[in-house]
Amino acid sequence: MDIKREDLLQLYYYLKLTRRLEDRVTSLYHQGKILGGAWTSNGTEAVSVGYGCALERNDIAAPYFRDMGVFLIRGITAKRIMAQYFGKKTGVTGGKEGNVHIGDLNFGVFGFPSHLADNYPVGTGAALAFKIRGEKRVAVACTGDGGTSRGDFHEAMNFAAARKLPIVFICNNNQYAYSTPLRLQMAIKDISERARAYGMPSKIVDGNNVVAVYTAAKEAYDIARNGGGPTFIECKTMRMHGHSEHDSAKYVPRELLEEWKKKDPILNMDKYLLENNHAKKEDLDGIDSRVKNEIEEAETFAIESAYPESEDGMKGLYATPIVGE
Amino acid sequence: MKEITYLEAIKEALDEEMSRDASVFILGEDVGVYGGAFRVTEGFFDKYGEWRVLDTPLAESGFTGAAIGAALVGMRPVVEMQFADFISCAFDQLVNVAAKNHYRWGAATPIVVRAPYGGNIHGGAFHSQCIEGFFYNVPGLKIVAPATAYDAKGLLKAAIRDNDPVIYCEHKYLYRRIKDSIPEEDYVVPIGKARIALDGKDVSIITYGAMVHTALEAATVLKDNGVSCEILDLRTILPLDKKSILDTVKKTNKVIVLHEQTKTGGVGAEVSALISEHCFDYLDGPIIRVAAPDTPVPYSAQMEEAFIPQAKDVISAVEKLIRY
Repeated sequence: MDIKREDLLQLYYYLKLTRRLEDRVTSLYHQGKILGGAWTSNGTEAVSVGYGCALERNDIAAPYFRDMGVFLIRGITAKRIMAQYFGKKTGVTGGKEGNVHIGDLNFGVFGFPSHLADNYPVGTGAALAFKIRGEKRVAVACTGDGGTSRGDFHEAMNFAAARKLPIVFICNNNQYAYSTPLRLQMAIKDISERARAYGMPSKIVDGNNVVAVYTAAKEAYDIARNGGGPTFIECKTMRMHGHSEHDSAKYVPRELLEEWKKKDPILNMDKYLLENNHAKKEDLDGIDSRVKNEIEEAETFAIESAYPESEDGMKGLYATPIVGE
Repeated sequence: MKEITYLEAIKEALDEEMSRDASVFILGEDVGVYGGAFRVTEGFFDKYGEWRVLDTPLAESGFTGAAIGAALVGMRPVVEMQFADFISCAFDQLVNVAAKNHYRWGAATPIVVRAPYGGNIHGGAFHSQCIEGFFYNVPGLKIVAPATAYDAKGLLKAAIRDNDPVIYCEHKYLYRRIKDSIPEEDYVVPIGKARIALDGKDVSIITYGAMVHTALEAATVLKDNGVSCEILDLRTILPLDKKSILDTVKKTNKVIVLHEQTKTGGVGAEVSALISEHCFDYLDGPIIRVAAPDTPVPYSAQMEEAFIPQAKDVISAVEKLIRY
């Protein structure tokens, strides 16, 4: 697949933006400045950036919690996301929710429920609606390796395959479900084998290569959009931080992390762009300083934003309030 | 006006809403060609086609989650649980996704989950349960339970047009056993409003679903004994119509709470607590709960009859209360 230079640079920009945003969140977490915990996609950013950039404007994303790239790409700004971490009124959910529990229908992003793989059936439902209405739109749902053991993963894959729905299922296989390694999660070598049980085509891609993820996702979206049904894409990658930032991940062998460090998705992309003459060093530096400014502005915005009022917590339970209540 | 059964009322509501609004569709097990285990959707497949009357795999969580996702992009799905008992398999999607979407991130989730519930049909522990209690502690859901054909139609229409997730508890025992005269024209019964099923002055019986008919049977006997019962049919059990509950208590000063659901932690416990908190001074006696015992629903007729509250149980509770 021939990818335009501007699209390649966009992939690079979102990789950087995701990394710098989450790195800053990590620092703020350790300084005790944000509320609650911090879960990042560190080391696996190419997954969400790749499949997110390959979407069309009217498509729907049903993400999971290591999908920061998707939120940003869809148009949820770093400012609103940073404010979300601080529990501010200007955050994506106005303080009702925290950190990566982000969703905004204005940008075609479904909210993330902590119960992993819940968004597999929910994303499938969006695809079902597109099919019923005859719309040329697709949905994409994502989960980690851990979520693929849940019933909802299997129920959604089976239903989508049986009805040939326009959905692409992504798995961010980062090798650990919190502290539990793949070998204790499943007896199979590749998670993509699970797709075979449902008669669904699947693909294994290098999850640290954003161009590979983007290309595989784009191809799968095209198939889905043209009535060819769902595809499962397993992105093999490595979670480089703990499950969340409180977790030192001592259970991960250091050698494994050293090995994957060399395969860092941003280093990969740097090299790819320079070696293929898609960009010069100063182009990439320019993108990086733009990203740095954006993160600084986001943090200032979040700090200066107001907190919600305590009574705001009593609002918004129902979309149709009971008359006379 | 025309006379139809409770089941026909449900069917008419679905049919009329599907004709009126192309975003309404049905999904569940065997709802298509077969027409549903209770024949509620019989004929719908031919009329609306396979993409609006969808047979699903046997996977309640999967298809309930799919209904939620379709609702998020503008559809109004009606999920049929083949038996209400199987709703437990979809618990997570209803409790953590549907119920919390609007509060957490402002997204309306207009789904209706039809739950054919209740006993008296010798269905045993897995085809007879009252499931409202499972969801009673979940803010964000609405739960309705019609007792009449009129309400069955009007509440289902209201539920389909509502922008929140609604669990629609339809009592299987009533399907073909009761009839009502209902208007020819379109109507809805508002969610959140109870109704006085029988006007009275001595004792209030607060109830819903099939037990409304049990209460009416008891009230007829009690009337002959000189006791005037008021029956409040809750219709919506989450959220409760607090005003109607408190009004009837203030009128009669004596309360029986009656339900087929098991007793502990049930709707009756909540209604009782609400009354104690808000109008204790109006009470002339203890609030008495008449409810199923805390066991699974037994199969054999003798045991099931003893399990489900009967008119005689209501009568003896009223006779006890009236002495205060």
